[in-house]
Amino acid sequence: MASPESAVNGPTMTAGAASKSLRNAFGGVIAFIILVLIGVLAFSIRLFSVIKYESVIHEFDPYFNYRVTQFLSKNGIYDFWNWFDDRTWYPLGRVIGGTVYPGLTLTAGTIWKVVNSLNIPLSVETVCVFTAPIFSAFASWAAYLLTKEVKGPGAGLTAAALLAMVPSYISRSVAGSYDNEAVAIFALVFTFYLYIKTLNTGSLFYATLNALAYFYMVCSWGGYTFIINLIPMHVLLCIVTGRYSSRLYIAYAPLVVLGTLLASLVPVVGFNAVLTSEHFASFLVFIIIHVVALAYYIKGILSPKMFKVAVTLVVSVGLAVCCAVIAILIAVVASSPTKGWSGRSLTLLDPTYASKYIPIIASVSEHQPPTWPSYFMDINVLAFLVPAGIIACFMPLTDSSSFVILYIVTSVYFSGVMVRLMLVLAPAACILSGIALSEAFNVLTRSIKFQLPGIAGNPSIAVRMWRKENGSSTVVAPNDIPKTEEAAKEKPAKKNRKKEKENVEKKPTPSKTEKRLLVLPLEASVIAVLLLVLLGAFYVVHCVWAAAEAYSAPSIVLTSHSNDGGLHVFDDFREAYSWLSHNTDVDDKVASWWDYGYQTTAMANRTVLVDNNTWNNTHIATVGTAMSSPEKQAWEIFHSLDVKYVLVVFGGVVGYPSDDINKFLWMVRIGGGVFPHIKEPDYLRDGQYRIDAQATPTMLNCLMYKLSYFRFVETDGKGFDRVRRTEIGKKHFKLTHFEEVFTTHHWMVRIYKLKPQRNRIRGKTKKSKSSRSVSSKRDVRGKRNPWH
Amino acid sequence: MGLGLGVMRTIEFLLLIIAILSAPVLSDLILSKVERRIDLTSQIARIASTIKAENDGSSSVSEILLSIPEVQAKNLAYLTAKLVEGKGKAKTSGVALAVEPANPKGMPPALSFYTMILPKPLANGDSVTLDVLAAFTHSLRPFPEKITQADIQLVVFQDTAHYLSPYPVKVQSLTLKLPDARIESYTKLENTKGLGSEIKYGPYENLPPFSYSPVAIHFEANQAFAVARELVREIEISHWGNVQVTEHYDIVHGGAMSKGEFSRLDYQSKPQIRGASAFKHLVAKLPPRAHSIYYRDAIGNISTSHVRGDSKKTEILIEPRYPLFGGWKTAFTIGYGLPLQDFVFESEGKRFLNFSFGSPMHDLVTDSITLKVVLPEGSKYLSVSTPFVVQQEEEIKMSHLDIFGRPVVVLKKANVVPEHNQFFQVYYQFNALAMLMEPFMLITGIFFLFVTCIIYVHVDLSISKSSASYLAKLQWDDVRATVQQIQNTVNQCLSTHEKLEASLRDLSRTGDVQACKAARKATDGLLKELSKELKPLISFLQSSPPAAHILPKVEELVAKERELQERLMAKHSTIVDSYEKKLGGRETENRVASVQQKIVALRQDIEDLMEYIDEI
Repeated sequence: MASPESAVNGPTMTAGAASKSLRNAFGGVIAFIILVLIGVLAFSIRLFSVIKYESVIHEFDPYFNYRVTQFLSKNGIYDFWNWFDDRTWYPLGRVIGGTVYPGLTLTAGTIWKVVNSLNIPLSVETVCVFTAPIFSAFASWAAYLLTKEVKGPGAGLTAAALLAMVPSYISRSVAGSYDNEAVAIFALVFTFYLYIKTLNTGSLFYATLNALAYFYMVCSWGGYTFIINLIPMHVLLCIVTGRYSSRLYIAYAPLVVLGTLLASLVPVVGFNAVLTSEHFASFLVFIIIHVVALAYYIKGILSPKMFKVAVTLVVSVGLAVCCAVIAILIAVVASSPTKGWSGRSLTLLDPTYASKYIPIIASVSEHQPPTWPSYFMDINVLAFLVPAGIIACFMPLTDSSSFVILYIVTSVYFSGVMVRLMLVLAPAACILSGIALSEAFNVLTRSIKFQLPGIAGNPSIAVRMWRKENGSSTVVAPNDIPKTEEAAKEKPAKKNRKKEKENVEKKPTPSKTEKRLLVLPLEASVIAVLLLVLLGAFYVVHCVWAAAEAYSAPSIVLTSHSNDGGLHVFDDFREAYSWLSHNTDVDDKVASWWDYGYQTTAMANRTVLVDNNTWNNTHIATVGTAMSSPEKQAWEIFHSLDVKYVLVVFGGVVGYPSDDINKFLWMVRIGGGVFPHIKEPDYLRDGQYRIDAQATPTMLNCLMYKLSYFRFVETDGKGFDRVRRTEIGKKHFKLTHFEEVFTTHHWMVRIYKLKPQRNRIRGKTKKSKSSRSVSSKRDVRGKRNPWH
Repeated sequence: MGLGLGVMRTIEFLLLIIAILSAPVLSDLILSKVERRIDLTSQIARIASTIKAENDGSSSVSEILLSIPEVQAKNLAYLTAKLVEGKGKAKTSGVALAVEPANPKGMPPALSFYTMILPKPLANGDSVTLDVLAAFTHSLRPFPEKITQADIQLVVFQDTAHYLSPYPVKVQSLTLKLPDARIESYTKLENTKGLGSEIKYGPYENLPPFSYSPVAIHFEANQAFAVARELVREIEISHWGNVQVTEHYDIVHGGAMSKGEFSRLDYQSKPQIRGASAFKHLVAKLPPRAHSIYYRDAIGNISTSHVRGDSKKTEILIEPRYPLFGGWKTAFTIGYGLPLQDFVFESEGKRFLNFSFGSPMHDLVTDSITLKVVLPEGSKYLSVSTPFVVQQEEEIKMSHLDIFGRPVVVLKKANVVPEHNQFFQVYYQFNALAMLMEPFMLITGIFFLFVTCIIYVHVDLSISKSSASYLAKLQWDDVRATVQQIQNTVNQCLSTHEKLEASLRDLSRTGDVQACKAARKATDGLLKELSKELKPLISFLQSSPPAAHILPKVEELVAKERELQERLMAKHSTIVDSYEKKLGGRETENRVASVQQKIVALRQDIEDLMEYIDEI
């Protein structure tokens, strides 16, 4: 029955249809095989990047994680905890062991160690590259388990298949995307599964596992606060709707106690696990659930009359105590400037917070709110299936399905605030769509089966007989089956009529089960099934396209297709990093905008001033200030920080849009946020950011402009910038304090060296200096270098 | 092996020293003619000398000494001497002579000596002609030492115009071959001629021993000064049919250091002028049928390389990530696979690898090479034969699923030039069956995994056999088995019903009433038997406490089934009856209709019940 559908759409359909009819026979085996196939699918759909490009670490943050993993595999776990990294945030350095979520690193490090102890010589890089696809397979399986707890194995398989290829998740977990989210999504879904499992079974064993899974999640990603807020919300919901049970207590109380204890073991969380407001909700609900538990207990031992008296007593006393406690709490929370919330969490609660106060969070593109098309791009048809899934969850509403509803509602909100949190939405959307699809197929195939004349009466019998032949000892004449089929053909008219009568008879009968009532017209169900299959097929096509085209680029290697079909590779970033690593001194400091910090330390092994771990705003602002200052002031700032090389990314020659000139306004904003002499309007002409002849003199004289466009005009004679699609404003100029030491093949990375201070010639310098920069000197003098 | 060789060499040394000490004065030998040609077209200075030596003394001479100034000697990479046989045009270079470093007494300091041992002693008055080839690295000194991007690279070469020898030389000449470019200056002595890119000194006649006349040539040399500071070649043999070669290079441009700016603009617009001293690419000549070639470095694949292959060779052109100017460094790895049968052979029960020693790169100077030959796990009795002296070690490498590790022969040598690209052999014994060890290990591993799973599923692992939960579980298992049996029986009943229906259809086709009745009788009997079978099962369920919650459903199932039986019987008899009465189809149908409806409803119920019980 299921085979034609499964040929089109793989496990999605099989889950809905096959498990129903063949469940009795060997549903378990089929489900297992399907799960294995889903795992293979989840793994292999993420290999496009390796096949199209190469097995390499992608983007920015993964390079840091890769570097940490290298350190871990080389020096062992204790050195890792105590690692003070002097290659970054010069001259401050960074305590890596205490500021990094170690889950991903420890996972990959363990895999590497196990594999190598079996004498399979995989490099750390290979392990890192393939960690994300492996954990995507795990995440699909976790989604199966979770959905199975909520709505049965059919929905589970569908959800797992959807999650295996949802573009939103693929974007963060292609081979090479070695980032925290890769393992965190698995940890998230698995923690939720264990919570639901505990809720359904009331088993303390699962509750303990749940705390451990939560611990892994805390190790892996800052997003663990989502769990520690969502679960209390659900518990509260259950209590409010009168669904309190001992199972709920077992699911929640151990999680809070054990989970908090375990979470505070992770150095990066530490006492934050009890101090910050992100964890506050869990403790509040912890108190509430105990009060409720006590109330239920007292209700059980007291007579109703006594209970009423007790309630009035307790409520009046309790309210007073509560007011006092809440007042204290509010006072404590209000005394801290951010109300006890971290900047990123506040951004989630108030979407305008970051753009008002923390430009450094707002400057990251993945922290922007998503656009509507990005929803379609990232979750595709799931966006339409989710409402159906929510409805299915209400029929009937159980503890577990209410949790799923709560999950989707909150994650939709969060994804609306930050495009990066689309990732949290993806599993929820997959689970609900899985439920929706599975329920729809259930209803539709049952309607078809119920009405289809040929199959209506006989398939069940046929199946039974078939089972008997296989399973039981009684011998049945082998020509029985053909006979039944013959019979079916013989009197279709008769049977059909009888069926119709039966339908008429059955619909109104109250004794029939609920299922019987959901019968749709045959044609409608067939068409609906076909449409659903089509929808699924569309989803698969979209996902494969997204995996192959949209999300497979490693971003450190760019390719373009020339007109004759040839492939042109832009490998400029690695060219520059390789040059730095081989041809500069090992202790040289390299200044660049923070985006390139992780890559520089990992690939070039050189000390950088700032990197993608934007923990020190002032330091970043200093670099921003230097980049937006005129050459001499910039030289002084850089010189005071021992910088020897300055690296800028410039896309004007080949049209690479995410270069430093396009990011420059953020440097001005962040720099200006700390050093007020950098004013954004100075760089804008009538509120417009431009680099052509209309640009302001401040803009044309700043270091970033000069380093980007140095001798650029000589390439084509006009200085036409292919990204900004305009001719640059200031074409011919010389550098006095910097010299070009390296520019990559496509000019995408330019590296300059700070010239040594010139020997002072008495008398002469003074004159030339004063004559050279009269105007610019007056207004910035005295505050041009924040480090002096 | 290495130790043995060392001991032997020490003994040879001693013998040599004794021989020299006991030998008569050196001046017994005179070099009647010396022709030297120095090739400076590449970064390696190759000095080819043809020496004709005559024994003028009374006793026979068995060795000839070569002397090289110590400054040059430390750069000496390669030195061979061959005996030239025949005369005039028919000259052929014949036997290679053993060349050993020597340390004769009473010689001037700052000279290194090498001795060539003649195959047969040179008797009085006899003469012998020798071809001596010496290759020196790092002997072209850049001058000026630092240049900018736009400058051309100038180098100085220093040598002596007179052949430096412990013997008197009768006639000699020196020719220097320079690259086709500017010659800045050269030392002019008597008899000096400059002809295009060639400079000729001599002939000079009748010079005493140790005559020395320094010359310096200052000329433009823009060819690649590629120097591999370190090269690690790993050759891994797999008897499944592959020889995998991995080469890690650490390359530096050994020419004049670059100073000042590097402007990509200048380099791109006029690469010949504003980047003359830089080299962009290297060419490696790999053996034919090389496959799976890769070229990468620590941070990933390098996309700029081209491979051309024909039946003689595979040529690979690799571009480093950036052009290398003087003093710039880079590091990369290339790897390729080769067919096993081209390099590993078998003779006298031993296998041997026959592979070339040096780097396949064109014109590359290697400061230090480490060659690792990784033999398959289980190889024994290793021995190495090399055409020149190398340092030798052995180690163990653990690789894919190894237990004991693979024996590795490590060969090390400093200062290697393309002349060292000669074949060396590694002999070892290897049993082909050992190849199957790893697959066998995997098979065993997976087999035991499955066995463990099977055992785990089948063996009762509960600790206490008398605990309440264990007993409850046992009882529950019994109940389940019973329910299963009941279900089977009900299924049998259902299929018997089918037979009944089938007999009805036969009736409508054949009209054989008797057969139909017989069928009814048969099924009736069968059903009775089946319901008899059900009885003990039901009573067992009734007696067993864990079955309490399932019992009503089972009883309902059995009751429904019995009802269904009755209805079917009724229907059957009605139809047969009406058939006998020759009633019309419509009338029969009317009579049966109500029963039929009931039957369908009952069937549905039974199906539902079965499903429900299954889920439990």
